[in-house]
Amino acid sequence: MFDFYFEIPLVLRLFIQGLAVIMVIFPIAGACSMAERKVAAWIQDRPGPNRAIVPWVAWIPFLGKFLQRLGVFHVMADGGKMLFKEDSLPGHVNKFYFILAPIVAMIPALTTVVAVPFGAYFDAAGKVIPLGLAPLDVGMLAVFAVSSLGVYSMILAGWASNSKYPFLGSVRASAQLISYELSMTLAVLPVFLWVNAPGTPGTMGFGAVVEFQSQPGFLGGMWFGFLMPVSAFIFLVALFAETNRQPFDTVESEADLVGSFHTEYGAFKWGLFFVAEYSHMIVGSGVFMLLFGGGWNPLPWVSLATAVGWLGHILPFAHAPLFVGLLSISIFMGKVLAMIFFFMWVRWTLPRFRYDQVMKIGWQKMLPLSIANLLFYAIAIALIQK
Amino acid sequence: MPDLAQFLFLLFSIFTVLCAVGVVVNKNAVNAAFCLLLCLVGVAGLFVQLDAYLLAFILLLVYAGAVVALFLFIIMLLDVQGRQSFGFSGLTTFAGLMSFALLLTGLGTIAVRGHLDAPRLNRLAADGAHMKLYAYHLFTTYLLPVQIIGFLLLIAMLGVIVLSKKHDGLEDLK
Repeated sequence: MFDFYFEIPLVLRLFIQGLAVIMVIFPIAGACSMAERKVAAWIQDRPGPNRAIVPWVAWIPFLGKFLQRLGVFHVMADGGKMLFKEDSLPGHVNKFYFILAPIVAMIPALTTVVAVPFGAYFDAAGKVIPLGLAPLDVGMLAVFAVSSLGVYSMILAGWASNSKYPFLGSVRASAQLISYELSMTLAVLPVFLWVNAPGTPGTMGFGAVVEFQSQPGFLGGMWFGFLMPVSAFIFLVALFAETNRQPFDTVESEADLVGSFHTEYGAFKWGLFFVAEYSHMIVGSGVFMLLFGGGWNPLPWVSLATAVGWLGHILPFAHAPLFVGLLSISIFMGKVLAMIFFFMWVRWTLPRFRYDQVMKIGWQKMLPLSIANLLFYAIAIALIQK
Repeated sequence: MPDLAQFLFLLFSIFTVLCAVGVVVNKNAVNAAFCLLLCLVGVAGLFVQLDAYLLAFILLLVYAGAVVALFLFIIMLLDVQGRQSFGFSGLTTFAGLMSFALLLTGLGTIAVRGHLDAPRLNRLAADGAHMKLYAYHLFTTYLLPVQIIGFLLLIAMLGVIVLSKKHDGLEDLK
């Protein structure tokens, strides 16, 4: 059925695949900004955005009213506003770097997706094949490496704005992002110590991590979030700090720094920063779910293969690779979206830390904790896997 | 018509060399640091072409992600806008001439012989590509160098702590 696809030249095929993934990430990132406003409204017990509507949709009896209340047309209205607004360029900025900064923000945010698998299917032999753009052996390192480049957009934006508050924000950004990278890296090491058991081919890819969480038995089916709760917690906190989300958004804290690194930005350039932030959140949530949340397995102790086996009793086409692929992608996306909801939930639950508190938590609490955690698991894993 | 691998090699190497020239030529320190960043990205691209994924991503993670960010951080904090231009002293002129002579000798040798000594392809395949083999080498063949570098870094770290700490009654320590 899909033979024609494999006759396309490889370069073109890879291009189409990459474009397809970006075309999913980009609208989700846009929709997240809308969801954020809706979730904020829900948590604060107010209706939230519920006015914008396209006239001919309003003529549909019940559905039109429902969609209006849901606020879905505000995404389009916001996007249209951002596109057609005057794209101002302040006179005192370094023009080249000022325009470059939002572009630099987008590049690492969308490039990290390459190394993250988002689903799986079974080949003829029943082996799990992860679905992703590049099945890298060093997946985790690739995500860390490329996402660490995201700091440059903030540094450049703050510096090129040639004004005090953006500059302070960019100085904060470079210090904060480097600080939390350390504990984040140390937190994932126990996972890979466990996955790289003696006798297995060494890997830092995500596929092996998920495979390890979908084995039979009590310990085999356990998600790493339950097996290594401290690692998961440190990774989660560092993820909040790395994506500049509350309570760690001191980089753009509007109370003391106006708008920080994007104070001087407006219209579409400003929008790009936000799409980049949400893309970072999406990829970060995806990595968290792969490492600690079982990846594309529907429930703890219920692997994808088991679930497909159950579905096979009801649906005749349950074992078709296409169906399994779509099922695993929907499970994974569902988890990622739940995680993004968690990000928004935390935003309206915890107050923002002061900058000195952020640094203190990073260096005096998270880093020693992650080192102790690594030592504990290194000894425990050595004893268990002996 | 070169094939894709050759095209990518040319692309990345020309990009890397141009950025490296940019680092040296640029008067503005921020421009130079940014060129250095792009140069490192180019080198990482070349490593990926050699199947040395680990090396490529470690390069990005450590140098492009952290070291150059700290460079930029320092440049911005000190606000150096190319005003400290050092003149040539006797020593720098000598060092410059020496390195230029070395470069010329190297280029001349390649030009005369017409080719580089490339290791045989079957030897290249394994070492950098697989995590396990790489770790094996680090913990067996290269254990001593790794330990020595670790101690050097530790000493450097202690030095930074001593220099940056405020000592009571020792204000002129620096």
